[in-house]
Amino acid sequence: MSLEVTAGARGWRWSSAAGVVLMLLALKARAEAPAAANSTPAPAPASGLEWKDVPNDAGHAVELDWKPSPDEAHPGVVATYVLERGPAPGGPWSVVDSTTGGSTTKVDPTLDRGVSYFYRVITVGPGGRTPALSVTGPVVATSQWFNTTRWSVLVLMFLFFAFVLWYIWSAQSGKKPFVRRIPGIDAIEEAIGRATEMGRPVLYVPGIQDIDEIQTVQGLIILESVAKMTARYQTPITVPVAYPIPFTIAEEMVRSGYLHAGRPEQYDPNSVRFVSPEQFAYVAALTGIMLRDRPAAHIFMGSFYAESLLLAETGFSTGAIQVAGTANVHQLPFFVVACDYTLIGEELYAASAYLSGEPRLVGGLKGADMMKVLIILMVLIGCILETLNLHGFTQWMATQ
Amino acid sequence: MKREIPLMATAVIGIFMILSFFVPHQLVSVPADFLQTSAVIVVAFGYVLGGANALRINFDAIYKRREGWPYKIVLVAGLLTMVTVGAIEGRGFQGEHTRFTWIYNSVYSPMQSTMFALLAFYIASAAFRAFRIRTLEAALLAVAALIVMIGRVPIGDWLTHALPAPYRLSALQEWIMDNPQNSAKRAILIGAALGVMATGLRVILGLERSYLSGED
Repeated sequence: MSLEVTAGARGWRWSSAAGVVLMLLALKARAEAPAAANSTPAPAPASGLEWKDVPNDAGHAVELDWKPSPDEAHPGVVATYVLERGPAPGGPWSVVDSTTGGSTTKVDPTLDRGVSYFYRVITVGPGGRTPALSVTGPVVATSQWFNTTRWSVLVLMFLFFAFVLWYIWSAQSGKKPFVRRIPGIDAIEEAIGRATEMGRPVLYVPGIQDIDEIQTVQGLIILESVAKMTARYQTPITVPVAYPIPFTIAEEMVRSGYLHAGRPEQYDPNSVRFVSPEQFAYVAALTGIMLRDRPAAHIFMGSFYAESLLLAETGFSTGAIQVAGTANVHQLPFFVVACDYTLIGEELYAASAYLSGEPRLVGGLKGADMMKVLIILMVLIGCILETLNLHGFTQWMATQ
Repeated sequence: MKREIPLMATAVIGIFMILSFFVPHQLVSVPADFLQTSAVIVVAFGYVLGGANALRINFDAIYKRREGWPYKIVLVAGLLTMVTVGAIEGRGFQGEHTRFTWIYNSVYSPMQSTMFALLAFYIASAAFRAFRIRTLEAALLAVAALIVMIGRVPIGDWLTHALPAPYRLSALQEWIMDNPQNSAKRAILIGAALGVMATGLRVILGLERSYLSGED
């Protein structure tokens, strides 16, 4: 039986000494292991534990590999391998993770960067536990300066930004790009006009996610344009919000809309309401507003989940004109069925530029269109290369 | 300066967070993690504002006896009860055997389940409208939906067991889900992802600045 120690320049003596001690302990433990009911012997230990730093990370992970126990050849003798970690070759040891018999690799993603650790692997079977004959260390996880699997994202991001900036510059120099008509966005003004004729309020819902969801940001940006219209038409607007930060921004947006419409005195501080971040409490409050206040127009813009159909169907039953927009693909069918108009995916992000009509914002849409052309070309190239059994391009596109 | 400083902060932090996606080194990842966790503090203050707004609007409705005002009393009482019980329980108020958890599990959870259960009825009524065949597109939708719905239950294969395996309903529904459905879904996702990036870039560049306030 050989002593196997993977030691760094500073720790090899400790590791070797600890290895001898552990070997003796292991032999003792194996000899003393309680016999199983069917007299299965304790498994022979795994060996050759080696480590390598996980690349492209912030220095919190190492990969550990070992040679399997020779008893893997005998079915039922080895059940699991348990990885233990300690601050010194002699321990104290704490269990990091375990893996089933047959596995010979494990990633430990729980390290503190720059700290030295020692590892050992324990073979466990019905016949008992056999501590490792070797200890590996010192193991030090390090961080890298660049995630090399993300080159493709970087290149495409720069290309995309270049397209957008080019078209923004082009729009600033007086060349206004063409934007197709988006009926869903045009319908917003129609819905507000209808609410005005009926003398009933407008209900605007900016989704049920917090401000870290970009759809919520977009919903709040659109809210300003909608508030500007309701101010112009002198129609009350109700904005129930699920999270506190979007609530404060929504207040600002509605106030800003009234200000830009030249009617700041008409702004009602009660128009924006904080409801609840709890999904179905929020739904209950909104359906209550729909049924009690009977808004004539419901505008849903943002991120929605299971509540999408609950809201849209309740709104449908009240006879309100409904316009929805979301990028959550699983909720789109519900909105398409229950609403009069639906903004699908990217149309939601185009809405603020479309509504404002500002050339610089519209230029950004054109840049995104160019990127789509590029992506279609890349999909075609990828298909052709994969068909020809050339995988370099798809591997370059894969990220971690 | 009232607008320039927030615009500058947005641009610098936005670019830094983009950088953190590509640079895992601690000089970038540690401040990036710190910025993200700091948001929790801002959110905590936001809840104070939100709670104050909820109380103000509902007290106002009770005072003016607006329609449904007795429900507002229940809402305010519920809000104050949960805040008080949580404060009395202290740090571990969300523990398994606390009064706070008991109220949540015994009162709120059943109500939540009730709301969620309504979805079954709404799906039926929405499906009824969706599958009315009035145009060619609606017909295609209805036929595809029928194949998928029947193909996903055992009766689908039972009805078509005489056909070769690739033509049975289970295989057809799988083809519909894997090919036309998946490609359409991915097209929407790619478009939405580009929209996200374009919105982010507009905010970082200060082109989209309506979130700052209405005062120019």
